[in-house]
Amino acid sequence: MVEVKVQSEMDVDRSLCNYCGACVGMCPTDAIFMDETVVEIHEDKCIKCAFCIVGCPTGAISAEWFHAKL
Amino acid sequence: MLNYDVLVIGAGPGGSSAARFSARHGLKTLMVEKRPDIGSPVRCGEGLSKQWMSEGDIRPDSHWIADEVKGARIYGPSERKPIVLTAENAGNEVGYVIERDKFDKDMAALAASEGADIWVKSPALSVIKEGERVVGAKIRHLGSMEEVRAKIVIAADGFEAEFGRWAGLKSIILAKNDIISAVQYRMKNVDSDTDFTDFYLGSVAPKGYIWVFPKGDHEANVGIGVTITDMKDRFDVRNYLDRWIKKHPGFSKGKTIQLVTGGVSVSRVKDTFTLPGLMLVGDAARLIDPITGGGIANAYISGRYAANIAKEAIEEEDYSLDMMRKYEKLVKDKFQRKHLRNWFAKEKLGQLSDDTLDKLVEIVSDASIKEISVQAILEAVQEKYPEMVSELEELL
Repeated sequence: MVEVKVQSEMDVDRSLCNYCGACVGMCPTDAIFMDETVVEIHEDKCIKCAFCIVGCPTGAISAEWFHAKL
Repeated sequence: MLNYDVLVIGAGPGGSSAARFSARHGLKTLMVEKRPDIGSPVRCGEGLSKQWMSEGDIRPDSHWIADEVKGARIYGPSERKPIVLTAENAGNEVGYVIERDKFDKDMAALAASEGADIWVKSPALSVIKEGERVVGAKIRHLGSMEEVRAKIVIAADGFEAEFGRWAGLKSIILAKNDIISAVQYRMKNVDSDTDFTDFYLGSVAPKGYIWVFPKGDHEANVGIGVTITDMKDRFDVRNYLDRWIKKHPGFSKGKTIQLVTGGVSVSRVKDTFTLPGLMLVGDAARLIDPITGGGIANAYISGRYAANIAKEAIEEEDYSLDMMRKYEKLVKDKFQRKHLRNWFAKEKLGQLSDDTLDKLVEIVSDASIKEISVQAILEAVQEKYPEMVSELEELL
């Protein structure tokens, strides 16, 4: 039996994140919270529009489901 | 619990303007900034025009001016002869390249000297509402939670625009084609011209542009802004800039001393950007010019307007939506027409092929055009490339 695992989890690479807040402003559903050292993506609010993934100036945000779409 | 007349969220130019003019009106004012250091880290290309400064009651100061330019040069994709915009042919959009961190601190100092209180390292974490009306915010101030009540709240929290959205304002959410992602390297040891800010259009930066803003001798901000609609994968934005730099020996030899990133809205003026008791200013209200991406002047002017309406609202004890809409009207009278025109121009320019863009730049850069106007451009196109007229007429 093949187990199909749907992974929606997103990841922020802290070695790339410049903490600029671009993703926060782009997010249409207010799913991202950031302060100077914390970035949180609230999966329950995320609608998988990928604005933050393609829009992050440093490419710090990724998601399994995004690469599945490409 | 603390009580103020005016609470300003964010100490960028919009917030500092709102706080400065609120305090000048005699209102008890608090401005809160989430970062420990006002103006830092920089999130800006640092170009600043001159013509707004008297309306903002700002005097140019060598403390924050890195470079004064004679004009702007706009290059087409082939990077041949550019359009040169100077004070003579393009009015007063020309200006300075500034040090934003110093500029923002000086603007906050102007607010302080009028008597506004300022808290740094103090993020607003939630909105306090009474019914429909915004009446304050919960602020984390150096380790303690403070409930700050205010008759008027002015949100100047920049591109993130969280405060207004937390308060329930959905109108400021951006469409994909109105979002720019930007990366910039502050570079040393580059061959930049200290007399000009340079712009590069075309497929090098889809639906956006690459800029080189000189910051003095052999130093420049080299950056890119692109619409995220055209970005397909992570790293695309940076890759576009890196590819351009690599092709330009005068810049590929440069050394990066600062990485600046951020989001920019390139939107029409929104229908509404207020709630009872709350006014949004500057980037938070999406007041950035949709063709240049410039937002400092608009933030400062809108901050002053908001302070004026705050005074009127408090005098009349009227915090209704109708009162807040007086602020919206001031902003719309100032920016709506221009931003609508520039938004359409942005949308059309983004559709032009590199070849068409090159021809357009060639025509406009032609010395025979003494004053750059729509009519002059169309006439020149008619003469040289009559087949392009229909394509451009809509744009112009």
